[in-house]
Amino acid sequence: MEFALISLLNGVTYGLLLFMLSSGLTLIFSMMGILNFAHASFYMLGAYFAYQISTKIGFWPALLIAPVLVGIVGALIERYGIRKAHRYGHVAELLFTFGLAFLAIEVVQLVWGKAAVDYRVPASLSGTWFTLFSSSFPVYKGFMMAVSVGMLLTLYALLTFTRIGLIVQAALSRPDMVQALGHDVPRIFTLVFGGGSALAAIAGVIGGNAFVTEPGMADALGPIVFVVVVVGGLGSLTGAFIASLLIGILQTFMVGTDYSLVDFARSVGIKIHSAPALARLSLTQLAAIMPYVLMVAILIFRPRGLMGARET
Amino acid sequence: MKPAPVLTASRLLSWGAYLALILVAPLLSRSGYWLSLLSQIAIMTVFALSFNMLLGQTGLLSFGHAVYYGLGAMITMHALIAVNHHVLPIPVTLLPLVGGLGGLFFGVLLGYVTTRRAGTTFAMISLGIGEMVAASSLMFPAFSGGEGGLSSNRVTGKGWLGITYGPQIQVYYLIALWGFACVVAMYALAQTPLGRIANAVRDNPERAEFIGYNPQVVRFLMVVLAGFFAGVAGGLTALNYEIVTSESLHAYTSGLVIMMAFVGGVGYFFGPILGALLITVLQMAVSSLTAAWLFYFGLLFLVVVLYAPGGVASVVVEHRRLWHAGVLGRLAPAYLLAAVPVLLVGAGLVAVVEMVYRLMKEDAASAHLRVFGFTLDASRGLFWIAVAAAIAIGILLLRKVARTVSDERHRAYATLRQERT
Repeated sequence: MEFALISLLNGVTYGLLLFMLSSGLTLIFSMMGILNFAHASFYMLGAYFAYQISTKIGFWPALLIAPVLVGIVGALIERYGIRKAHRYGHVAELLFTFGLAFLAIEVVQLVWGKAAVDYRVPASLSGTWFTLFSSSFPVYKGFMMAVSVGMLLTLYALLTFTRIGLIVQAALSRPDMVQALGHDVPRIFTLVFGGGSALAAIAGVIGGNAFVTEPGMADALGPIVFVVVVVGGLGSLTGAFIASLLIGILQTFMVGTDYSLVDFARSVGIKIHSAPALARLSLTQLAAIMPYVLMVAILIFRPRGLMGARET
Repeated sequence: MKPAPVLTASRLLSWGAYLALILVAPLLSRSGYWLSLLSQIAIMTVFALSFNMLLGQTGLLSFGHAVYYGLGAMITMHALIAVNHHVLPIPVTLLPLVGGLGGLFFGVLLGYVTTRRAGTTFAMISLGIGEMVAASSLMFPAFSGGEGGLSSNRVTGKGWLGITYGPQIQVYYLIALWGFACVVAMYALAQTPLGRIANAVRDNPERAEFIGYNPQVVRFLMVVLAGFFAGVAGGLTALNYEIVTSESLHAYTSGLVIMMAFVGGVGYFFGPILGALLITVLQMAVSSLTAAWLFYFGLLFLVVVLYAPGGVASVVVEHRRLWHAGVLGRLAPAYLLAAVPVLLVGAGLVAVVEMVYRLMKEDAASAHLRVFGFTLDASRGLFWIAVAAAIAIGILLLRKVARTVSDERHRAYATLRQERT
């Protein structure tokens, strides 16, 4: 019971973080048809920028400044890079963002070194929020949840209730019509791309110190965010939300469960002396590949994803 | 209509020259460095071409092609271990085929999942599958060798006619001949009806479907065959280095092969060969000069994507056409003019990167960089101002010159068209 509750809370925190990344990715994809390979790189840049700013003027300004900076970087990349690559088609676009992701890691290694940097949770947010039976739940996890939920509600409100949000939504389905009505659609694209990058950067700012800030962090999270988008259905925000929480919770539970097929067989009374390696693997070990197995299963049984509207 | 003959005299001549080149190349120098460079190039040629069977010929951008390469290498290594234990009676010469069959097997297994979708989704799925295989490989240390990798000895017996594969030169010829056979096979495959229909599926899957071919089946077959050749490349690596680690199937290796194929040019058959040559040489040459070599790789890749999306191959082909028309000479002044700002911006960027790298090492003495007798001092503001100015001036000039160059090129092409009509 205790394990289940704590794992659920941790899983939701992780899932919300995943959604902050996947929402931007899926929004950019459905709007511009660009699969941004470098999306997790913005997450990484957010964490590193926040680290650099927090060593100078503290964590709270960093929470604001780092995403804005990353958003500007993202907008500039869209304006001067992706738009140029767009002329050569989708493959060039995809390869451009792939090259960016590669370059981002190298830049980070060049500037901050190959080892992890000492990006810490601020003193005002460290400590225990509440204790459940004997496990403690840190204040910072609660803060992460609050920031993610707050951001997502803001995003939702922006998209539904503001004028610019309505134009963005319209540009999602009929960009040519929106253009004909006199709106500058390319500028909206730049805005959305910058916004998506900033969202990823916020995830980096609050995730970088909870986990670890190192050059490998983009590569560790990037593929999982892609899986979330495929599982949820390309271009579907609701699907991405469900898939994020699903993968977040499932993975957290699996990491905490040291249970294998052999253990299962023993518990039902079968005596096993030698078992193949596959049966010996515990759920903890399998947690790393769970998202990909889920993706394969979804592709075989429901190719359009949980909430996707179209096949390709 | 009769199709154009595949075996023309000029084609046979260039294939012969290619074969002669790879046979003679190792005799040019006796250094071990040269031989290992050539072996690596030959392996990467096969790997890059197998990747291009997907991207160039079928229009499938795979971010997980290293899976077939790495698994092929591991399977070959297991076969080699079995040969060493006298379990498997296969001559070492034929072991790359084992790797190829391994790649083929995994192509059938994984291709079924990946080829259900094309386009962008294929790219994502191939990435996911690649990550899955890389993550699972560490779960089965008996198969992948775990962190330390698998290793064995390629000298398994007395050998035949003195060929024991002990000396590197013998291994080079093994790799070169296998490589040449694979290159010929992949070229031939591109000329078969399957290769042609793969092109059709790349260009317009709907129309391919209308003339009676299932695009999904065509994609699947191409993935399986590309898996075979990638597996052969993996097998050759296993024999060359006598060690295989799970790094060989990681995303980095997949990324490297994308770079090779794309920088070389995916639109031409020989593009990836050029790319494999170029990237491997750069890898060995630049990595010994600077710690930031991967940064320069990324930059080179981005420049190619943005400014020469056809890669080196299409630049070569285009200029050969102009050369034959006799108008290339007219472009030379514009190119020379463009070289100045390009060099200026390039040198400025290199200075920034090297200086940032040195500054971040937080070692005052290493903040000095000696270039051509000048000592650059990164800790001084003047240096940064000079570099920034150089880059800014370079970019401004480049914009001006770019217009001149493109005008000249348009004029050259106009002459080309006039001469034709």
